[in-house]
Amino acid sequence: MNNLKVLLNGIVKENPTFVLLLGMCPTLGTTSSAINGMSMGLATMAVLICSNFVISCIKKLVPDMVRIPSYIVVIASLVTILQMVMQAYVPDLYATLGLFIPLIVVNCIILGRAEAFAAKNGPIPSIFDGIGIGLGFTIALTLLGGVRELLGTGKLFNVTLYSEDYGMLLFVLAPGAFIALGYLIAIVNKLRKA
Amino acid sequence: MANKLIVSLSPHVHGNDSVQKNMYGVIIALVPALLVSFYMFGLGAVIVTLTSVIACLFFEWAITKFILKRERTTIMDGSAALTGLLLAFNLPSNLPLWIIIIGALVAIGIGKMTFGGLGCNPFNPALVGRIFLLISFPVQMTSWPVAGQLGSYTDVETAATPLALMKQAVHGNADALGQLPDAFSLFLGNNPGCIGEISSLALLLGLAYMLVKKIITWHIPVSILATVFVFSGLMHLANPAVYASPFTHLFTGGLMLGAIFMATDYVTSPMTHKGMIIYGVAIGFLTVVIRLFGAYPEGMSFAIFIMNAFTPLINTYCKPKRFGEVVKK
Amino acid sequence: MKKLESSLANMVIVLTVISVVAGGILAYVNQITAGPIEKIKAETLNNALRSVLNADEMPQVSSTNSIDEFTTVYVTNMGVAVQAATDGFGGKLKVLVGFTEDGAISGYSVLEHAETPGLGAKAGEWFQKGAKGDIIGKKPAEKALAVSKDGGEVDAITASTITSRAFLQAVNQAYQAYSGTSMDAASSATPKASAQAGCCQEGKCKEGQCQEGKCKEGQCKEGTCRNGACKEGACQQASCKNACQQAEAPITCGSSEACGRAKTTENN
Repeated sequence: MNNLKVLLNGIVKENPTFVLLLGMCPTLGTTSSAINGMSMGLATMAVLICSNFVISCIKKLVPDMVRIPSYIVVIASLVTILQMVMQAYVPDLYATLGLFIPLIVVNCIILGRAEAFAAKNGPIPSIFDGIGIGLGFTIALTLLGGVRELLGTGKLFNVTLYSEDYGMLLFVLAPGAFIALGYLIAIVNKLRKA
Repeated sequence: MANKLIVSLSPHVHGNDSVQKNMYGVIIALVPALLVSFYMFGLGAVIVTLTSVIACLFFEWAITKFILKRERTTIMDGSAALTGLLLAFNLPSNLPLWIIIIGALVAIGIGKMTFGGLGCNPFNPALVGRIFLLISFPVQMTSWPVAGQLGSYTDVETAATPLALMKQAVHGNADALGQLPDAFSLFLGNNPGCIGEISSLALLLGLAYMLVKKIITWHIPVSILATVFVFSGLMHLANPAVYASPFTHLFTGGLMLGAIFMATDYVTSPMTHKGMIIYGVAIGFLTVVIRLFGAYPEGMSFAIFIMNAFTPLINTYCKPKRFGEVVKK
Repeated sequence: MKKLESSLANMVIVLTVISVVAGGILAYVNQITAGPIEKIKAETLNNALRSVLNADEMPQVSSTNSIDEFTTVYVTNMGVAVQAATDGFGGKLKVLVGFTEDGAISGYSVLEHAETPGLGAKAGEWFQKGAKGDIIGKKPAEKALAVSKDGGEVDAITASTITSRAFLQAVNQAYQAYSGTSMDAASSATPKASAQAGCCQEGKCKEGQCQEGKCKEGQCKEGTCRNGACKEGACQQASCKNACQQAEAPITCGSSEACGRAKTTENN
């Protein structure tokens, strides 16, 4: 399988949010606006690329029976590094996403890709897989965040498109996340089949 | 191939009962309450009701035709009109038109057609619409016009509802309970709030009609009202200074409307009598809990919504015995 | 290269090595980022202090005093600001309140909240000067702040009474901590002790807080309520609630039921 194919696979055919339905916690929790969704997607992508690469490199050194704890230690370390770096250099973003950053550790996308892809393939394809899945996740989260922000507050990427008075608050709240995600998945499935 | 086998939704035709007949029966039962609200809220109530019904019919038609692409349209079965009417009954009479139209779209689109139309919806569509609006537009949805302003629509005086006063009492405002109208005038039709909530008397007339016509059975409304009465009565006995009397609870807010018309929706309520009573008692209990301790002043719609979700579970555990089945000892 | 076997020795060695390497890298990154993180935290705090104290230049913090887990008093060269927290609608509501020398509110800033966007989240602007629920310049000493629904003078955020209550309660708590600190200077007691003891005893409290003879007997006994809880005109239900909501303060005023219930309801 060539690398480009691996990359596209993650964005379309195995889109983690719309097709695999993985990582629902950050998907529903952080997508109250397009910016938040995108930042969360990018943060996850950064961790995913690094973890895929590291795990692919050490896969032969890790005995099968302790592979899950080893992967988790690797992923948790990467997330903690990301958290500290964000806190130090992009404090504003950290203030919005802070709560959800540690949760990247238990994001099933990351462990899932480690198991399903990185543990079976070489470091270079693993990086591409990380980019592809990460991009797919980022696109999905940005889309969901955008829909919720637009319907909920009348803005898109913080640009006001119509008055906030006409926004439907429900979409900024948790039930709106479920409703919007449900309809997005329905639309994506319809398009994929067409 | 032409569709030779017609499969219809329950209730299946036996005798001369039909979806249509039941739906129009409920609509007739709603007429007294509708007339009282026209009398009390005037023009506003008429505009809101008409908009809601027409919007619901339109969305039902448009979705069946263009999205589901079904041949038979279902707007004449009365269920969309009923949803529109019940939605309007759950809105204040000064609500802007665009909010009502969003509510109708949500009720029919999200609440009903997404799940496949009448008979497949897990939640009462009108309630989906109301709760969506209540959470989305809390400011517009909770400024209630004072009754008796006939000619105006948008430009009306608003006032705190009895329920809001009851909530203030729980939060420590000692005078709030004193400002409550007495229970009898609430009963007759001095209950500011949503359009359809205004008169318990008119709603009870509707209940009587539906019971006589055997459109619904007594189990759900009676178990809800009795539970609310007993539970709020106990709280009132415990501390009359803070908790309003059970009669006031019974006649304020959407309790009557919910118990008689919303909770009894065929599709979303349990099928057996035993199940109906469990469902009703739970709704009554949740309503009082939300009214007294929750964030919102009125808990009726949330209580019905929550119990709608439990209906399949209740149906599973309250199955009637099959004919000929040996009763376990 | 063949994959390592899952023998006990292999597993122990691999896990140990991975953990040690991870630990080492984390320690290194932590060392690099600790400085900037501290700096940013201090900057954020200073900016907030400056805005709530209406100061023209950066205030210098001369002493900080943590009264409990959530309440911290910052004494600066520009005035005193207090950080306090209560439970809002969605989670902890943390505010920083600045006070002028005569005990009036000079400004506030919501440091942390989890309120509903579009509703409770408006608390950051709603209570500012010139806005609907303006609390700037009010003196909690004269009357504990309360929303108009509870018999107070502050307009609650539309459709967000719970957030408004929580916010005002935090401001009241901040004031109590502030007045405790002010007394500190006069009586040289520790703020904690003076905040809890002797609220209404003659000579122990600041002017205007608990005037002699105005608190009825049995309501404001030593050690029972904090500053500001029971004021002029005895304890009404609104102020009573504040008293009850102090974590350690025993229920002192009104019927015990009223207090107990007020507390329960607010927790919902």
